[in-house]
Order: sequence, then C-alpha cells, then structure tokens
Amino acid sequence: MHDLQTVVDLSRWQFAATALYHFLFVPLTLGLSFILAAMETVYFTTGREIYREMARFWGKLFAINFALGVATGLTMEFEFGTNWSMYSRFVGDVFGAPLAIEGLMAFFMESTFVGLMLFGWERMSRGKHLLVTYMVALGSNLSALWILIANGFMQSPHGAVFDPHTMRMQLTSFTDLIFNADAQAKFVHTSIAGYVTAAIFVAGVSAYYLLRNRHVELAKRSFRMAVLFGVFASIGVISLGDALGFVSGSAQPAKLVAMEALWKTEKPPAGFNLIAIPDQAEQRNLYELQIPKVLTPLVTHTMTEVIPGADAIEREAMVRMRDGIPAALALRRLSADPNDAAALAQFRAHEKDLGYALLLQRYAPDLRKATPADFERAARDVIPNVPVIFWSFRIMVAAGFAMLAYLVLATIYSLKDTILDKRWLLRLAPWMIPVPFIACEVGWLVAELGRQPWTVYDVLPTWMSASTHSVGYMIFSLTGFVLLYSAFIVVEMYLMVKFIRLGPGPAPDAAGPRAAGRAEPAAV
Amino acid sequence: MELYALLKVIWWLLLGVLLVGLAVMVGMDMGVGAALRYLGRTDAQRRAALNMIGPHWDGNQVWFILGGGAIFAAWPTIYATAFSGLYVVMLLLLWTMILRPLGFEYRSKLPSARWRALWDWGLFVSGAVPMIVFGAAIGNMLEGVPFHFTWDLQSYYTGSFIDLFNPFAILCGLMALALALYQGAAMVMNRGEGEIRERARALGSAAGLAALVLFLIGGFWLPHLPGYVIRAGAAPDGPANPLHKSVAVLTGAWMDNFHAHPLLWLLPGAVFAAVLLGVWALRRGHSHLGWWLGAVGWACTIGTVGAAMFPFMMPSSSDPSQSLTVWDASSSELTLIWMLGWTAVFVPIILIYTSWAFWVMRGKVRPEQVEADEHAY
Repeated sequence: MHDLQTVVDLSRWQFAATALYHFLFVPLTLGLSFILAAMETVYFTTGREIYREMARFWGKLFAINFALGVATGLTMEFEFGTNWSMYSRFVGDVFGAPLAIEGLMAFFMESTFVGLMLFGWERMSRGKHLLVTYMVALGSNLSALWILIANGFMQSPHGAVFDPHTMRMQLTSFTDLIFNADAQAKFVHTSIAGYVTAAIFVAGVSAYYLLRNRHVELAKRSFRMAVLFGVFASIGVISLGDALGFVSGSAQPAKLVAMEALWKTEKPPAGFNLIAIPDQAEQRNLYELQIPKVLTPLVTHTMTEVIPGADAIEREAMVRMRDGIPAALALRRLSADPNDAAALAQFRAHEKDLGYALLLQRYAPDLRKATPADFERAARDVIPNVPVIFWSFRIMVAAGFAMLAYLVLATIYSLKDTILDKRWLLRLAPWMIPVPFIACEVGWLVAELGRQPWTVYDVLPTWMSASTHSVGYMIFSLTGFVLLYSAFIVVEMYLMVKFIRLGPGPAPDAAGPRAAGRAEPAAV
Repeated sequence: MELYALLKVIWWLLLGVLLVGLAVMVGMDMGVGAALRYLGRTDAQRRAALNMIGPHWDGNQVWFILGGGAIFAAWPTIYATAFSGLYVVMLLLLWTMILRPLGFEYRSKLPSARWRALWDWGLFVSGAVPMIVFGAAIGNMLEGVPFHFTWDLQSYYTGSFIDLFNPFAILCGLMALALALYQGAAMVMNRGEGEIRERARALGSAAGLAALVLFLIGGFWLPHLPGYVIRAGAAPDGPANPLHKSVAVLTGAWMDNFHAHPLLWLLPGAVFAAVLLGVWALRRGHSHLGWWLGAVGWACTIGTVGAAMFPFMMPSSSDPSQSLTVWDASSSELTLIWMLGWTAVFVPIILIYTSWAFWVMRGKVRPEQVEADEHAY
C-alpha cells in the first residue's frame, strides 16, 4: 500500500513536471504564430520590407522556442501510456480519439508548414508564404483545441459510459465529447492566454531595443502590434476565465471549494474570500479577508443559488461511496463470468457511483469490510489541496489584471505615438515577460490539482490510475527528466537571450536605406 | 464478417500503414542523423546534409507522434500495456528522441566547433538509438513479453529491462537501423552533390546489403522461436477483454500463417527484391528510385512481421492466454468508426500538403548555399 502510494505520487510529480515544462513553450507558440501571421499580412498588403524583416526576426525566436515545445511534446504523447497505464486503458477508448485527431489534423499541419515557413522565404510567392504562416498558426491552435477536448473529458466526462464487459469507459456520443462546455471554454481561455503571453514577450523584447535606441523602426512597430493584439486578448482571457469558472463551478464543486477556500456551506449570497490562509487539516481558514455577498453572483451569476462548501461535498461523497459499493462488487463477479445476469443487474443499479466506491477502495481494499473510518478518510480526499489552489488562482487572476492594465496603457501611448517618451513603461516591459508564463503555469495548477482526487472527475480516482512500476524505476525516470530538461532550458534561455541581444540580422543592403528613407506611418 | 471484426482488421492494417510511415519518414531522418559524421567531413558538408531534411524532419516526426495517438485511440490496451511494460526502453527512446529537435534547431546557431561537434554526437545518438529501440520493440513482440493482468485489467510487467535487449531483439534493432541508414543515404543522394553524394552511395549500398543479411538470419531464426496460437475464445466481434480466451505456445507457430496462405511468402520475397534492386539503383545513381524501393522494403518487412503474428499483437510469454490480439485489444466499435472517418478525410490531405512541401523545397542543397542563408540549420 505504502509503495503504491509512493509510485502514484512520483508519477504525479513526473507528469506535473513534464507537462508544466512543456507548457512553458506552448503559449508562446500559440500566440507568436498569429503575431507572425499578422506581421506578414501587413507585409503582403503593403509590400513594405520592414514587415518582412519583422516576420523573419520574430520567426527566428519562434523557432528557438518551438524546438523545445516539439521536443517536450514527444514525452507528453506517450506519458499516459508509460506512467498511467490503468488510466490509459480505462479511458483510451474516449480520451485517445482527440489525441489521435490532434495528430491528424493539427500536428501534421503545424509541423509540415513550419519547415516551409522558416526555410521557404525564397522559394514561394509572398501570398503562398503568407498562407503557410497562417497554416502554422492554425495548426498550433487546432492542436490546443484537441488536447483541451481531451482534458475536458477528464474535468467533466461527457459522451462515454462504463462498460462492465471491457472494464473501461466507452464512447457513446462523439459530439458530446467534442462539444463539452468545459473543453470549449478552456480551449478559448488557454489559447488566448497564449496570445497574451506572446504579446507581452514581443512587447518586452521590443522595449529592450527601444530603450537602447536599436532597431527603432522594427521595435516600434512590433511593440505596437503586440500590445494592440494583447489588449484584446487579455480582455478575452479574463472574460473566458469567468465563463470557465462558471462552467467548472457547477461541474466540479470541489474545485470551486478549493479556489475559494469555502469550507462551510453558507446561506446565499455567500461571501468572497479575497485573501485567506486555509488550513486543510482543520478545514477552516486561519485568517480571511472577506467581501460579503460577492461570491454567489460571481460564480453562479444569481443571488440565490447555494454553493456547496467542503462539508456538503464530503457528506454527498459518503452517500455516493456507499451506493457505489454494490457496483464495484458486481464488477468482480462479471470479470469471472461475463454472463452473470444478476451481477449485471446489480452493476446497472449502482453504476453512477462506481467511481466513489473506487475512491473508497484505496482505504478499504475489500469493500465489504469498509469501516466508518475508511469512509471518512476517503471523503476527506474529495477536497483537493485548498491552500495551493486558492493561492494559485489568486496569482493567476492578479497577473491577468496586471497584464491588462499594462497593455491598455501601452496601447494608448503607442497609438498616440508617445511611447518613446514613457521610459518607465518601456523599462517595465521586459520585467513583464515572466508574468504571463507564471500565470499560465499556476492556471494549470488550479485546473489539474483542482481535479484531484480524480484523473477523470467522479469516474476514476488518481490512486489507481498509475502504471505498476517500482519506486526505483520512478526515481530513475523522474531524475532523468529533471536533469535532461534542466539542461535543455539552460541552453534554450542562453540562445534566446543571445539572439535577442544580437537583434534582427544585418538588414539586407537593399532594404536598409529604403526603410530609413521612408516617413513614419501613423498606425499599423 | 461482422462490422466490428472488420473494423478491427482495418485498424490493424492502418496500424501497419502508420508503422511504415514512421519507419520510412522518421527512419530516413534518423539515418541522416546517425550517419551525419560520416556523410559530412567538414562542417559545411554536415550542414548541407542537415538542411536536406531540415524543412521536413518536423513534419516527418509527426508520424511517430501520430503513432502514439492512433495506438491510444484504436488500441488503448496495447498503448497502456506496451508503453508501461517497456518502460525503460520507452525512456531510452524518448530521451534520445528529445535531443533531435534541439540538434537540428540549435546546432548551427553558435559558431563554436565544440558546440557543433557535441550536437553532431547528439544527432548520432538520437538517430541510431531510437531506430535500434524501434526494431528491438518489434522483435520483442515476436518473442512475447512477460506481462499479465489482474481481474480489473491492471497490467503488470514482470520481466527486467535487460531481457528486452536479447539477441533476437538486437538483431531486429540492427536491421531497423540498417534500413534507416539506407533510407537516409538515398535521401542525401537525392539532394546532395559531389563527395557527400558519393559517401551516401557507399553507405546506402552497404546498409541495404546488411539489412538483407540480418533479415535472412531473422527468417531462419523465426521458426525456432515460440509462436502463439488461439485455442478457444477471442471471438472476432467480441468485446475488447483479453481475459476470456486460451492460447497455446508452440515452437514455429509463427510460420503457420505462411503455410496456410502461401501467397504471404510474397512479402518476405518482396523485401529481398526491393532492397536488392534498391542497392542496384543507388549504385547506378538512380537515388529517387532507390528511395522508393527502400520504402517498399520497409513496408514488406513490417508486413512480414504482421503476417507471421496475426491475429496476435502483443503476446504474453508469462501468461499466454492473456496475450493481446486484434480481437481483444481494440477500442469500441463507435470509436473505431469515428476514427476511421477522421483518418479517411485527413490522411489524403496530409499526403497532399506533405508532397507539396517536398516539391517546394526540391533540388540540390549545396554547402555554399547553406553558409549564406541565415535561416539555415
């Protein structure tokens, strides 16, 4: 038992480390690909060389980032199988489909066209190259769509039902799987978060040049395009974040409890904890700064709906565990004899709570002998890690509004063309670069830690999802990933900084004087 | 035949297509990577060789990624059991493959000779090791892997990591590497000139012949390996549950399908014909023809393995009755139908734009050209 727990914990650490690391590179790809496309669109329509130079320069940085995104993405495609074999077998019939479609529809497009985008400048007409660049952007964003459809199934499973003969979830409706509200909201929220990331990145690097009076023409235009793009994107992220909160608030009440440190069910409208120090063991807040009556309208968009607190969720979990036990017991009989009609009927009568019985099984391997203490420990598990989720959520939201504020100011001065006088705003820009990355990472912490103790919400508990490796294997692989990935990020950061310092390559002889001789355009 | 059984067979064939796509396209790039230090003696020559596949390696690599995704979607039990069972081997594969994108993208970004030499070795490792692992994995499938399930279908692998590198598996691994070197050499001949092309010609011919020798040894070895036969259960249209059948292990049983359907001998025959002709074509300088013959060689090699094993996919050497077969390891009927639809729409589109990409980037890559292009690898 102890060993199993260690293996599951190490598997979680490994998945979290590799996925969070992968997502350091993804947002920039999602957003920068569209910024490249926008720059090239201007080049295509106006024919001005400087926009081509912009697309090529930012394309170089895009490629450095893209390589690590691809490299670390390889791990992700296989890690469900290598480390979460029970999970993979249990939901592969449903979860595997969007992953495969992601490959068919998105990865091929993105990866085939990125080669043409980077290498094909001299081999295609302007129009064709522009089309290629749009294909890269479309491909990378489609890949986000499909992976988030897969993730949406983990958060709020729709379109599948457990089949006792194959002992797994099986697809019942492909359209329910795709048009999952959680997946849709999360796709838009996540991909636009990538646009904000890219906007802040481009603005930060451009400001670095503007402050040093280097590549001023290129940097000014890049800065303006980036912040304009970013301002719309950050409004989108925040409003979709609200939609996502609304969706997951009803689909995953325990996640909401953790995000808001809501231990006790309150009479609506409930208060909103702006700041709190949650104590998981005691199930209360050691300190809280509460704004009364704000949480209910914020989350439910009504004044009267009750938001269940941790207490109510645990009570319900106990009921569902008890109800699920006959289903779990029937499964064992069905495994021995698939034609056992009585067992099948028993399973059908209790199948909706099977997941809760599996949750209990962690503490009571023989469910018939489960004690009240087992029930209580399992019920405690239903509430995820409140302090981490509560604070991750607040960091994400604060980062989101800080970026919005920055982008609004930057857009105003950039459009008024007085940005060069606002040195403090330019000086702040490079320091803003880490902010969207932090926001993306903690956003994932909220989403995935908030899903615990489930790998598939209400269906499959995390404790039984992992592969049956030894602790030694897991220490070996986790160490290997950490060492390898740490070395990679050092190399990537080094090259990124070096190429940013170098700046746009020596301007082609023909373009230099022509660009310099042109009057400054008022707007993009 | 029932629809569900038919879908399983179609997806078994599509898995073959995927493996061929992976072997040909990724194998080609890995062959170039593994032979980079041989093909290019100077930095300029190495850069030229890298840039021949530079615009395409990323798109090609998606065959590998799609392989993972498609096995997950169509054969989830295989995805779960094989990748967790072969854990350390998978790590070896992933850790070396991860070096490849960085090798391509970062190698020529800095002028330092030591930096570049380091990445050249990185590309060698990330070309040779994954191909050996790929072949060895197929070899292990032929031999059977020690795993079993509990009643709730949690899988346990009971062998050791070293067992996976047994002599037969290493033979298969080396053959995969030889074919990859052949394919990479044909590509470099297509797009290279002068010294590089000459060295590629020599390498390609040698690798092709080596592959044939290894294939021949494997062919004589196969009848002496334990093969697997379904004795009862595993109805072709039955639910995907591997617990309800019985399987016998008989030495030489992998030859049964060939004895029952003599036409299948055409597959190994075609491997010989295609690769021999291919070597001849490379020697005569017809490298495009040689490339396509190499692809045929790969397809028939994988076809030979499939024909020997059908309907087995991943036999269990420790509990043969729990082996995974075409009939009890697939997804549900609905998932297979949906995935077939997506595949039917997107694979032709992929082939069209991939061909276009190769067409746009066609022609010789010269070392001088590469030096002049700031975007080149």
